[in-house]
Amino acid sequence: MTIHQSPEAFGYEAFLHTHQNKEVLRFIACGSVDDGKSTLIGRLLHDTKQIFDDQVTALQRDSRKHGTQGQEIDLALLVDGLQAEREQGITIDVAYRFFSTESRSFIVADTPGHEQYTRNMATGASTADVAVILVDARQGLTRQTRRHAILVSLLGIKRVALAVNKMDLSGWSQDTFDRIVAGFREFAAPLGFNEIRPIPLSAKNGDNVVLPGTAATWYTGGPLLRYLEEVPVKSEERAAPFRLPVQWVNRPNSEFRGFSGLIASGSAAPGDKVVVSPSGKTSTIARIYTADGDLPRASEGQSVTIVLADEVDASRGAVIATADAPLTVTDTLDVRLFWASETDLIPGASLWAKIGTVTTNAVVKAVRSRIDLETGQTVAADKLGINDIGEVTLNLDREVAVDPYADNRDTGSLILIDRETTDTAALGLVKASIAVEPRGDETKRKGAPASGGFLSRLRWVFGGI
Amino acid sequence: MSGAIAEKPSGLATPSRARLTHLQRLEAESIHIFRETVAETELPVMLYSIGKDSSVLLHLALKAFAPGKLPFPLLHVDTTWKFREMIAFRDRRVKELGLELIVHTNQDGIAKGIGPFSHGSEVHTDVMKTQALRQALDKYKFDAAFGGARRDEEASRAKERIVSLRNAQHRWDPKRQRAEPWHLYNYKKRRGESFRVFPLSNWTELDIWLYIEQEKIPIVPLYFAAERPVVERDGQLIMVDDDRLPLEPGETVQNRLVRFRTLGCYPLTGAVESPATTLPEIVGETLAARTSERQGRVIDKDGSGAMERKKQEGYF
Repeated sequence: MTIHQSPEAFGYEAFLHTHQNKEVLRFIACGSVDDGKSTLIGRLLHDTKQIFDDQVTALQRDSRKHGTQGQEIDLALLVDGLQAEREQGITIDVAYRFFSTESRSFIVADTPGHEQYTRNMATGASTADVAVILVDARQGLTRQTRRHAILVSLLGIKRVALAVNKMDLSGWSQDTFDRIVAGFREFAAPLGFNEIRPIPLSAKNGDNVVLPGTAATWYTGGPLLRYLEEVPVKSEERAAPFRLPVQWVNRPNSEFRGFSGLIASGSAAPGDKVVVSPSGKTSTIARIYTADGDLPRASEGQSVTIVLADEVDASRGAVIATADAPLTVTDTLDVRLFWASETDLIPGASLWAKIGTVTTNAVVKAVRSRIDLETGQTVAADKLGINDIGEVTLNLDREVAVDPYADNRDTGSLILIDRETTDTAALGLVKASIAVEPRGDETKRKGAPASGGFLSRLRWVFGGI
Repeated sequence: MSGAIAEKPSGLATPSRARLTHLQRLEAESIHIFRETVAETELPVMLYSIGKDSSVLLHLALKAFAPGKLPFPLLHVDTTWKFREMIAFRDRRVKELGLELIVHTNQDGIAKGIGPFSHGSEVHTDVMKTQALRQALDKYKFDAAFGGARRDEEASRAKERIVSLRNAQHRWDPKRQRAEPWHLYNYKKRRGESFRVFPLSNWTELDIWLYIEQEKIPIVPLYFAAERPVVERDGQLIMVDDDRLPLEPGETVQNRLVRFRTLGCYPLTGAVESPATTLPEIVGETLAARTSERQGRVIDKDGSGAMERKKQEGYF
């Protein structure tokens, strides 16, 4: 059993040691409106003992008022935080939830199933290691299931737990489960997932969520929590070259000049040769400073301050990278955008682009295509409407250093900001190519099939990033 | 030591040195948020409430800008009803660390004699905390204020962004929240608008205690158990911190072994009975606890949605 034990059972010191040394897994839970996401997360919190007595009392009170489970406690109310959500019995905004076991801490993005909140789902997926996709056993795969699978795949998630929920309401039928799993595997084949782990469960009753269920004798796998405890975190899966986007130049006196930032990928040590992009100046790492003392090596996920051996001119917006594998420097970006603004995006539109630690002016040179999430088809488009995902070329007013998103989430991503409302209007992924292709010529590139059905069209869409 | 841990799941070794722990990742993320905000805003300030979360927040801020100095001042909104030990601790830390501290009190509220006993918790909190905070932010024209709120504290906090936009009236609009993908925060705003920035968003109460222990961060002694004079009132143990606490008929002051899980205005902060005098014991109690830390806060008791309403009105 992996749930917290009482500290008295094995001593405070051992307890502290265990909890101070565990790792974190971030995952996103997604599914259609009534698939039971909030109930599942409520169940994970409840059964890992993250729920306190006063919260249960509040829950009992709220369950009578807003609950959808009759006389029983409605666990979904634990995570539906806003009044409007409680009143309407829906989730309208991404919520972050936390629970932990003895081996890991978990940060869950609970994201809404409604189409109009695609933006929030993309946000939740952007930092997730794993996606838990919920399916209602009675409904089977829906339009939303497919849409969510495509979205998490577009954002680079490689591992999926397919949580087939409400199995109790379908009599724990193995046939139902197998049919849903087979359908999902077939549909998801072109999406490039490295792993799909199907789990039959009942969030309402708790079977196969934290504790193994007994109802499905035919299921030999473990509960969802065990998978989440054992699945590798994303950063372990890819050895990427060193990148440090410079956030802040730390110059407290004439003796010290350091470049502060969060290491986006890879690792570095004093003596390593580096290049500062976009200027292209090279130097050597002299020190890796932290408030706790200099480090002999620093890696992905650490916030550090790097001192270079030479007087290199670098400021916020620069990226310090390993000299062997520099970033691409360009003022033209081919990006895949998740457009989230009420105003259509059209060629000539002028926005701010925040790319890593650089904010620059961006003008839309071309809207090249749009992905139809119903068919998986890339279709020619000259504008993007709210919740559209499409391919766009941006002209920037300065050169920036980027990587393809497929290689690096942090140096390959951007947001676009509306100049008038100052709202975040789009999430963007840098595509591999920076060369500008003629518009409306999608099918002739890279040998994409002229026809060949849904799967090959999806392959084409996903092969592009 | 590890031999004492019962039933450790097989195949899950302690993370190797190269892998970062949960606390290391939280620390790095918070430091990134501090640096990003200072780089992108003109006049940031840190809300310093003297509690354990503020202590962690300050510790992280100092790390983010070391070896340089803190590039922003601290702001304490003093309702004049804080525990005396909190004020002593505040002044000592500010002196030790050489920090710039702004203390702001709502003088209109003082003139009207607003207090928790005479006006009730709701009016007191609104005038002496919410309105006072708005006054201070307007007076000094801060465009970003760091706060120690965490998403695990309360349901509406769970939906709060790390960099949260407030309109010119300091109101929070949950429908106009910005997407925060990857590590990209949008600091563009219109005239008069400002940001509340929450570097501890992804920390839990347990993480805070584990980190305080790991980093040996000083905290107000009220968090540790001691014999303290308390009265029992509405199911809460209220400490008699000075002679402004009026005893109601039938109430007697008793010395009990208590500590606080959260600190605020003393008349609004319930103590818990506890023998925990060390951090490991506090962490142990936190994990075994059957009530959440906000249970000791009188202002959260106005039913579900109370915090959401307060936040919309400009409460931190």
